[in-house]
Amino acid sequence: MTVSPSATPLLTVENLRVRFPSRTGYTEAVRGVSFTVGREKLGIVGESGSGKSVTGRSLLRLVAPPGEVTADRIEFDGTDLLHASERKMREIRGQRISMVMQDPKFSLNPVMTVGRQIAEAYRVHTKASRSEARRRTLDMLGAVRIRDPERVFDLYPHEVSGGMGQRIMIAMMLIPDPDLLIADEPTSALDVTVQMQVLAIMDELCSSRGMGLIFISHDLNLVASFCDRILIMYAGRVVESCRAGELHAAKHPYTRGLLDSLPRLDDDRAELPVLTRDPAWAAEGGR
Amino acid sequence: MTQAMIGIEDLDVTFGYGAATVHAVQNVTFQVKPGESFGLVGESGSGKSTVLRAMSGLNPDWSGNVSLDGQTLGRQRDKAFYKRCQMVFQDPYGSLHPRHTVDRILAEPVAIHGLGDADKRIDRTLREVGLGPQFRFRFPHQLSGGQRQRVAIARALILEPRVLLLDEPTSALDVSVQAEILNLLKRLRAEHGLTYILVSHNLAVVAYMCDRLAVMNRGRVVEELDVESLRRGQAQQDYTRQLLLASQGYDRAVADSFKDFA
Ligand SMILES: Nc1ncnc2c1ncn2[C@@H]1O[C@H](COP(=O)(O)OP(=O)(O)OP(=O)(O)O)[C@@H](O)[C@H]1O
Ligand SMILES: Nc1ncnc2c1ncn2[C@@H]1O[C@H](COP(=O)(O)OP(=O)(O)OP(=O)(O)O)[C@@H](O)[C@H]1O
Ligand SMILES: [Mg+2]
Ligand SMILES: [Mg+2]
Repeated sequence: MTVSPSATPLLTVENLRVRFPSRTGYTEAVRGVSFTVGREKLGIVGESGSGKSVTGRSLLRLVAPPGEVTADRIEFDGTDLLHASERKMREIRGQRISMVMQDPKFSLNPVMTVGRQIAEAYRVHTKASRSEARRRTLDMLGAVRIRDPERVFDLYPHEVSGGMGQRIMIAMMLIPDPDLLIADEPTSALDVTVQMQVLAIMDELCSSRGMGLIFISHDLNLVASFCDRILIMYAGRVVESCRAGELHAAKHPYTRGLLDSLPRLDDDRAELPVLTRDPAWAAEGGR
Repeated sequence: MTQAMIGIEDLDVTFGYGAATVHAVQNVTFQVKPGESFGLVGESGSGKSTVLRAMSGLNPDWSGNVSLDGQTLGRQRDKAFYKRCQMVFQDPYGSLHPRHTVDRILAEPVAIHGLGDADKRIDRTLREVGLGPQFRFRFPHQLSGGQRQRVAIARALILEPRVLLLDEPTSALDVSVQAEILNLLKRLRAEHGLTYILVSHNLAVVAYMCDRLAVMNRGRVVEELDVESLRRGQAQQDYTRQLLLASQGYDRAVADSFKDFA
């Protein structure tokens, strides 16, 4: 069963804008994005540089200066995230809202074993004993389909494969049992079967515990089959949004272009079409 | 039968010692013909990158028989090997030196191999991967993901190798840039008669790029098949069928039905 967006959303974002100063003025990374997330799976797709990650990071106030974030409203379960104290934000981060970052190897400490990193992340938020944290960590590694959790617990980040690194990050973010998970390309390095099993874990948390999920991905087919709703971003704006099942009937020429550029198992083409961009797509208010 | 461009026979790779030994690759055998493009797919951690790394001499702890163009390779790779065989790495962020310009990144292999004419070569290779001269003096952080991957491909191409080992060359890229890079790799292969091994999780990418493929699970090749069979879903092994099913998109019931293959 899929959960439909409930009446009071978990998260409300209105007119989010993020810009970074550059030598020639400003890079407008996000330009007036509004959306809500209920106890559902919201997908965000769009080309590289369209502002997906910056959107995700600004929700947790993780955009560092000189980046500037403004919005009319960012509200999470009754808390105003724009004006909350830094102390309040630390409470929310990791405990109520978790984020799986796009680059697992960047986010992991290279000189600490992966098991210890997860266990300590758990202990920060709970008063669990060391052995309890270790047990929970091993369970979680098993849940994300890591074979031989005992061995992997003691490996350093450079000793795990690309896909293992991603699952380690996911385990670390799920262990505090968040209400909202922001997952930025969380499964791009996983093989398709493991990917599906890891998605099933998130799906289960959404349907059984009512966790909300923001799922950022390049993989249009995956998002269409996994999420409930989809936002399509281009040049810092949401150019189209739809129910996930209707992505393949999307109307915007940009969305169509993205869909067309995918190689397909059931279609043998000599050359893949690439996007030809129309300046009108980037215009504010334009469609 | 034509002689194989790449021959891998009974390849075994282990990491660690004693009780902590991991048998990452076991008994892997396959051959790739000259001008052929061969896909390597399979479970995460099944040893795909390790096979490519052993082939490129980045991992000395292997046994078995590895040959390039009929010549058996020893433990050490010499310059002549890298002139003929180059690898493009899985991680587009980590594989370019962050404080070197594109120009320096490309000039280095040319100097090491004493090829001369660096200036013209760099210019031509950048053009070949679709990067204009304006990119030549940029640093990696001034490039987009797709542009960075083009530089990584240019660095591999600049020595005019016969063989490219491509480890997930597009998994970090968006679908439109992926299309550009795949078209580019396909064109380069056709124009220069290159031989590829391509590692990818995306079966549609493998179908688009390759003639044949091997499916790996837990360090072993479980099945070899041609792309036509892949497209038609005609796999012999249950593990491969599971992969095919998973690549049709997310389905909770299907996910729950998945088995572990030992
Ligand atoms: N710290 C920063 N300083 C300056 N510019 C930045 C910074 N972080 C992001 N940007 C810029 O903001 C824009 C949006 O970046 P973002 O990382 O959100 O893209 P994305 O949609 O996540 O792309 P990808 O799919 O490649 O991950 C880009 O133009 C990027 O270069
Ligand atoms: N330096 C190392 N030390 C210890 N174990 C290693 C090392 N490199 C790889 N391994 C192990 O070898 C196995 C195969 O890893 P490899 O990177 O080849 O997998 P892969 O098939 O490329 O996976 P992915 O699709 O996730 O990239 C994994 O179990 C991994 O943990
Ligand atoms: Mg991103
Ligand atoms: Mg790999």
